[in-house]
Amino acid sequence: MTRIANLFFAFLMCLIASAVLGILLQPSKRAETRQASVTERANVAQSTPHSGSLHMHEVTIRRPTGPPRIELVGIDPHGRAPTVACSTCHSVREPNLENRNAASLDEFHQGMTFNHGNITCYACHNPTEPDALRLADGSSLLYENVMSLCSQCHSKQAESFAHGAHGGMNGFWDLSHGPQVKNNCIDCHDPHEPKYPQMVVGFKPKDRFNEPTIREHEQEGTAGHDNH
Amino acid sequence: MTTTEPTTNANKELDSKRKLPIVENFTRRAAVKGGFATLGAAAFVAAVSPLRQAAKNTSAVEFMQQHYTELTLEQKAEVIARLEAETKQRYGADVTIADDRPIPGTKFVYAINLSVCNGNGKCVEACHKENNHDRSTNQSYIRVIEMPKGTMDMEQGSTTYSGIVPKDDKFYLPVQCQQCDEPPCVDVCPVKATWKEEDGIVVVDYNWCIGCRYCEAACPYHARRFNWKQAEVPAEEINPDQSYLSNRVRPVGVVEKCTYCLHRTRRGKLPACLEACPTGARVFGNILDKNSNIRWILENKRVYILKEELGTKPAFFYYFD
Repeated sequence: MTRIANLFFAFLMCLIASAVLGILLQPSKRAETRQASVTERANVAQSTPHSGSLHMHEVTIRRPTGPPRIELVGIDPHGRAPTVACSTCHSVREPNLENRNAASLDEFHQGMTFNHGNITCYACHNPTEPDALRLADGSSLLYENVMSLCSQCHSKQAESFAHGAHGGMNGFWDLSHGPQVKNNCIDCHDPHEPKYPQMVVGFKPKDRFNEPTIREHEQEGTAGHDNH
Repeated sequence: MTTTEPTTNANKELDSKRKLPIVENFTRRAAVKGGFATLGAAAFVAAVSPLRQAAKNTSAVEFMQQHYTELTLEQKAEVIARLEAETKQRYGADVTIADDRPIPGTKFVYAINLSVCNGNGKCVEACHKENNHDRSTNQSYIRVIEMPKGTMDMEQGSTTYSGIVPKDDKFYLPVQCQQCDEPPCVDVCPVKATWKEEDGIVVVDYNWCIGCRYCEAACPYHARRFNWKQAEVPAEEINPDQSYLSNRVRPVGVVEKCTYCLHRTRRGKLPACLEACPTGARVFGNILDKNSNIRWILENKRVYILKEELGTKPAFFYYFD
């Protein structure tokens, strides 16, 4: 009995000693956090106020601001780079309804690349109204509504777009919290060369799945092992 | 009252022999044993002290903190205030840590259009910045795997591709936490530091995690990350919109994972990786909403589930046009 009591007593003393040491090391820190916690208490309760109001925000589809303008070479006396509307030239020029690419043009639009099926310029551009587009049925269409033009052929994509399954977006998934902005066709696709451009990978995490390759002798080792 | 009986000398002697001593001095044996016991206990304390050193930055308050689900509102407020103060002290950044709870009637689901994804890695970068990941290791919850066409076997892919993408004979498979309905990572956690919430997001209480990394080993999607070091992030790059279960700066030695940006999505916003995607391959929504994008995709597209045969029931889908 005594022995056990002695052992127990010794152990208890050690325990108390270590506890006292542990507490002595931390007192200042503890006081600090206590103070901080009192000052800022309001933060927690404010998690997503899901108000009962049924007000839904809008989904906005980005759109071009208007018909494109052609940049001219050089600057005017005021130092501005001049731009002109399509109609500046095309209202007085005879439209060539057969033209399909830049190579067959004698001036202007020389550097442009066309890689959009085998359609003519005037399949989309309006020959009688140079600052507008033309739908397949011949009716005129504002540049702002270019998506209607694309959707004539790309109905599958248009359908997916309408359901959020094609094209990027920003903002809110829950429209009761805020608005959403969706990209327009021509935000991502150049109408004259609509294939999505190639990109260069810029950012790579450095984790163990990203180590370049296994060192060669290790590879040999495993190969040899597999043969056995 | 007791009456004393006259006793004989012989009786007295016998009594004193029978009686046990009331106080006995330490025998040499007991003293030696006691000495060794003290030594042993001291050795134990000494052996444990490296643990105290390792947890030098852990205050007693932090050590005594309860599990997230057992904290009262008041305790949560204290914990959050402490964490904010710590971030201010360590990183010099003023941050707001909220306690975002699931929105009733939501179950978050993600879908990625593999016909469109070109592996540019903008999502990986956006995740890195949004979630206050360590800058020197470029840590991120997303891995984009360059896959040979004709297989969905993750192991055949590579994450080390670089240069111009997409390459002709490849497709690109972004993998992050699939927020499984049967999450193996949750099953293996010995301390219940990770669990699945009502809106389907699998979360981690970083202050409860013991860093055993069982979950990391259990995840068939390699979606969990271990904090090998304290994240180094410049003050001006710290994302101040934080949440306790999400992108607050994590302590060293704990496991973390994608939370579908719950500090954004539980406030109605789209996840950061989705907004960053230049190809529009990513779709996010509430599967309980019949009119959601996600529902339309599941009903109308060719949808694939990664490692479906494992029965993890992911809330993450891959689809093709």
